[in-house]
Amino acid sequence: MIDAITGLGRSALNALEVFGRAFVFLLRVLASLDVVLRRFGLTLFQIYSVGVRSLLIIVVSGLFVGMVLGYQGYITLVNFGAAEALGGVVALSLVRELGPVVTALLFAGRAGSALTAELGLMKTTEQLSAMEMMAVNPYRRIFAPRFVAGFLSMPLLAAIFSAVGVMGGYLVGVGLLGVDSGAYFSQMQAVTDWNEDVLSGVIKSIVFGFVVTWIAVFQGFNAQPTSEGISRATTQTVVVSSLAVLGLDFILTGLMFGAG
Amino acid sequence: MKMRFFELAVGVFVLLGIGALFYLAVQVSNVTDYHDRDTYTVTGYFDNIGGLKTRAPVTVSGVRIGRVAEIRYDPDRFRAEVILAIRAEHDYLPQDTQAAIHTAGLLGEQYIALEPGGDFETLRDGDELMFTQSAVVLENLIGRFLTNMGND
Repeated sequence: MIDAITGLGRSALNALEVFGRAFVFLLRVLASLDVVLRRFGLTLFQIYSVGVRSLLIIVVSGLFVGMVLGYQGYITLVNFGAAEALGGVVALSLVRELGPVVTALLFAGRAGSALTAELGLMKTTEQLSAMEMMAVNPYRRIFAPRFVAGFLSMPLLAAIFSAVGVMGGYLVGVGLLGVDSGAYFSQMQAVTDWNEDVLSGVIKSIVFGFVVTWIAVFQGFNAQPTSEGISRATTQTVVVSSLAVLGLDFILTGLMFGAG
Repeated sequence: MKMRFFELAVGVFVLLGIGALFYLAVQVSNVTDYHDRDTYTVTGYFDNIGGLKTRAPVTVSGVRIGRVAEIRYDPDRFRAEVILAIRAEHDYLPQDTQAAIHTAGLLGEQYIALEPGGDFETLRDGDELMFTQSAVVLENLIGRFLTNMGND
């Protein structure tokens, strides 16, 4: 009995300690952000490996999510004789929810895990310590550029996802199922608001980008310096950031759309 | 040489992202449409606005000429105050224009239909609509129908 309570206390303390370390880590990364402007090349390369190389999976998933939305939306709407409203359904669900959330989940799997594995291996092979020996600050040289790259790439990827999804919905709805092309877009424009819908989606994707990159970089930094430790850290990145994204999405949706 | 490739790739990526945002703005949410540059506003007082929402269309003979800018409740008159933003080029509406809240389709979105009157004076910014007709509330209609049925 006492053991169980002790175990609970220990895991609570551990969780708190990890959270505190993550926060201190974040502050130190944020404090060394000036490197991004001074040596933009470093960040540029990270945007390439985090953002550009995620493009393919984002575009393909966006297209298919949009096409499936077109199908399912049509099947439901046609029962009410409202198949013309398809554009609004597709655009709203993509811009508000699916765009930011699915992009963040894919981003965690595609880019977040890669970041963690790379940093974990750097730590295991003591590259980070070697850098400190040479008076190179790893926060400036390694962590800050990666953090900024993830943070900047996510909103762009989410916007691309939504735009491609709308086109996917168009392909299926208008091309395959015969919804009127003009009605598709005019319905879309009638229900989708720039401030309320598109911008809230962008804000969501910025928040998700911040959280996913933070978790990924910290997990790499915090990994046990063994091969098992790296694998555990990579898994942790995907699991924790997916859960964080879904939980935050619920809270953000409540804040943004709940009152209205 | 290698650096140049990364720069190019990132440049294309950023352009794509901004292009996608632009697409969402123009094609999906039609941001230009309701930031109508030149509008003038007129106010109408309705007994019941039903399910009218801000940004609902304002039409004349079915042609959209503006949007509902704001909906308030006026505690002095005990009526709903609806502010319409009408595009400036539609400056020909007579003073005695009538406003009615209609429903597009049986259960569709509600909008304001304007019916021009015969006055020579035209509506200007800040004017008040003299004649308004409330939204049709389906429950009232059914209730009236049922009482009429009872009388027969």
